Amino acid sequence: MIRLRRIAAASSRDLLILLGVVAVLALVPLGVSRFTLSVATVALIFGLAGIGWNVLSGFAGQFSFGHAAYFGLGAYTVAVTFTKYSISPWLGLVLGGMVAAIFGLLTGWISFRFGLKGAYFALATFALAELLRLTFNKFDYVGAGVGIPIPLAGGDSWGSLRFENTPAIRYFVALGLVALGTLAVIIIKRSRVGNRMLAVREDEDAAASLGINPLRAKLVAIAVSGFITAVAGGYYAMFLMFVDPDLAFGPFISVAILLRPIVGGVGTIWGPVVGAAILSVLGEVTRSLVRDPPSFLQVIEGVNGLDQVMFGLILVVVIIRAPDGVIGLFRRFRKRSSQ
Amino acid sequence: MRGRSRRIVWAGLAVVVAVAVPQTAWWDLNHTVFAQAVVSGLLIGGVYSLVAMGLSLVFGVLDIINFAHGALMTITIYVSYLLFQNYGVDPYVSLVVTIPLMFVVGVGIQRFAINPVMDAPVHNQLLLTLGIAIIIENLALVLFTGTPRSIELAYARNEFDLGVVTLDFPLRVFGAVVSLPKLIAFLVALLLAGVLYLLIQRTQLGAAIRASAQEPEGAELVGIDVRRIYMITFGIGAACVGAAGSLVLPFLFVAPTAGATFTIIAFVVVVLGGMGSIPGALVGGLVIGLTQELTQLFVPGAKFLGVFIVFLAVLLFRPEGIFGKAGR
Amino acid sequence: MSTILEIKGAIKRFGGLTAVDNISLDVAEGEILGIIGPNGAGKTTLFNLISGAIPPDEGEVVFNGERIDHLAPYVIAERGVVRTFQIVKPFGGLTVFENVLVAAFLRRSDPLEAAAHATSVLEYVGLGAFADRQSKGMTLAGRKRLELARTLATDPKVLLLDEVLAGLTPTEGAEMVTLVKAIRDGGVTIVVIEHVMAAIMALSDRIAVIHHGELLAVGLPSEIAKDPKVIEAYLGKEFHAPD
Repeated sequence: MIRLRRIAAASSRDLLILLGVVAVLALVPLGVSRFTLSVATVALIFGLAGIGWNVLSGFAGQFSFGHAAYFGLGAYTVAVTFTKYSISPWLGLVLGGMVAAIFGLLTGWISFRFGLKGAYFALATFALAELLRLTFNKFDYVGAGVGIPIPLAGGDSWGSLRFENTPAIRYFVALGLVALGTLAVIIIKRSRVGNRMLAVREDEDAAASLGINPLRAKLVAIAVSGFITAVAGGYYAMFLMFVDPDLAFGPFISVAILLRPIVGGVGTIWGPVVGAAILSVLGEVTRSLVRDPPSFLQVIEGVNGLDQVMFGLILVVVIIRAPDGVIGLFRRFRKRSSQ
Repeated sequence: MRGRSRRIVWAGLAVVVAVAVPQTAWWDLNHTVFAQAVVSGLLIGGVYSLVAMGLSLVFGVLDIINFAHGALMTITIYVSYLLFQNYGVDPYVSLVVTIPLMFVVGVGIQRFAINPVMDAPVHNQLLLTLGIAIIIENLALVLFTGTPRSIELAYARNEFDLGVVTLDFPLRVFGAVVSLPKLIAFLVALLLAGVLYLLIQRTQLGAAIRASAQEPEGAELVGIDVRRIYMITFGIGAACVGAAGSLVLPFLFVAPTAGATFTIIAFVVVVLGGMGSIPGALVGGLVIGLTQELTQLFVPGAKFLGVFIVFLAVLLFRPEGIFGKAGR
Repeated sequence: MSTILEIKGAIKRFGGLTAVDNISLDVAEGEILGIIGPNGAGKTTLFNLISGAIPPDEGEVVFNGERIDHLAPYVIAERGVVRTFQIVKPFGGLTVFENVLVAAFLRRSDPLEAAAHATSVLEYVGLGAFADRQSKGMTLAGRKRLELARTLATDPKVLLLDEVLAGLTPTEGAEMVTLVKAIRDGGVTIVVIEHVMAAIMALSDRIAVIHHGELLAVGLPSEIAKDPKVIEAYLGKEFHAPD
């Protein structure tokens, strides 16, 4: 059947795109400054966090305004297990993912069982993230307001995931994580689990009438979503060598996480990565302009917050004019030109 | 009827507690701190009520959850601050400027930013208003930097001879300290809340607003320009929260993130009181103010912890709020 | 023929109104049972009771010898009792194919198997050419057909069709009737709610009449057409049984 061949082809096409993207991104460390490499690494980390967010909010349609909860849980798990128990951060990433998944399952179960949807669910996710931030601020076990500093290794160490001499390795590991995350999403989207999430997003009652358990679909989504975002958070902790409640659970983290998939295209496989690329470029351009403006823009020199204003503007413009993100625009353009 | 009798029971319990507790030994030791918490809670609660009313009104009429609500307050805090610093304008006098200003700003935001997404999915509306909030707050950061500032009212510690009684500020009430700016904020907030209530319930504009909230299509049919009503309503909501900004200037730090806390609190109050319910916002504001201060009393440094726990509890157990109708 | 679905003394009240008043009905395996009655008679409520959307206050719903009342809708659908909706509910953001694919995953976990099944179901109902269309852009007839295709992809044993002809032109309606008959011939038991009298009289093996929540009469279409109680309920308006 032609259709089946086309479906099989679509899957391999996605994998080919993935390989292509990884190959292109792997070239970034060549000939860029250490600073730019750092920026690119952070872009990848938040791209990964966005990939996680996209599973719950894009595929399953349950918009989360508090994904910093998972990000922070991942960050703190890695920081605590490494500094207090000398557990390898590689394992810490997985542990962080599991902690976040469990947190997601518990809070998700309560929220969905009580029928929280739409705006109420979004507000609840926000409240949960804030709750975590305030709680972690009080407990000395996790360093309270001061946070947890992660000691320097004084060199490169694969076992402890610290690459102070070679930032390129730090970048490549991040790239590897993003590739894995994208691969997971590709598999999920074509699978039974993923299709069920999409159905629940579109119409829960109709989905139930076809034998789909909406609660289960949402719980799977939240667990997977939390896991992926937590891995990003854990890696971020090792990148910064530091974590504190604001950095981990702050609202601006939740916003940063959701901004990338929104700009790139909610519910698509590549949306978060595309969004991360666009925003990191724009962010860096703005920040370098602020650091060293041309003569006619002298007034903005050293000013704080201009990049955030730009991000806010982008968000507003995207929502009003292109709610399906860059990928959505691209698809619309392609459809129009083929007619 | 069952709902009302339940409320009577709660009120009765509250009265019993209020009468019985002062008889205990704990009260003898702690009543000053407790009284302070209650008084502070009520005072700030009044401001919360005003802020939340604007949000509730906007939600009730436009069905929009406005994440930028607190950011609007940031605007007026800075405007009033500048007027005070550069022209010596008293913050309460600046209300004459900030209220109309925010009305216009609100109308503008509705017309150009909110209107396009009125029919979009809820999450897009949330994201849009979030974007507006980010723009406003960071513009404040760009223009004024993050350094917190504050003002001091020259007459905050004066004596006022009202003929029948002399008020020496800060007042002492039941052992609690009541500062003049906070008291004024509380009273003006309640006054404005009353004005808003009368506007909605007793004027023709208010009738048009209520009609547009309940039955936009029907309202169009009887000749109400619903789009204009939407703009006006958003403007009124902005004016409410803008007024609150001028009111809190004398006792809050001026910083770009000043309004953000109020956004969150406003949401909690509105959900607690019932989305779209003005009386609910009033009661909810006072309750949240009390919750905040009482939590601070028992768990220092974590006053918002109690607020968020209440929030989650309401979302789970009674999402329609105190005055809302059950069945979302 | 054995009984595949039984409703035993079902009662459902909404406040002061008894929407379903002690209805007992047997559905034989492989038959097409039509349910008719004036608007508000309780037909869709009955469907909701069977499909699990709401639980009965009293009484039972038994499928294949097992009670299914009080089970969640998705469990009942999984067991093989699937329904369509009076106002169609396509998965708007998905294509026609993706709509059916989701349903196909009920009995198949492998994506390629599910895709194959979805494709064949689409061909069967005549939507093959529309597979990649956005479902929300389809005409009403297309969306009704899609909803039917979706339910078919779950390999149902009992299909509950809620006014599947409403809003269709006579030609579209006739096509739908042919399709429904073909589905029954494929071994699916069908219960239809319908207002288009001619169609349901021609389509059904037996007809049940519901009025004010009560079962007024059950029997062959020819019997029902002559039943004085039924005629009275309808005031003899659109009542012409095929002789």
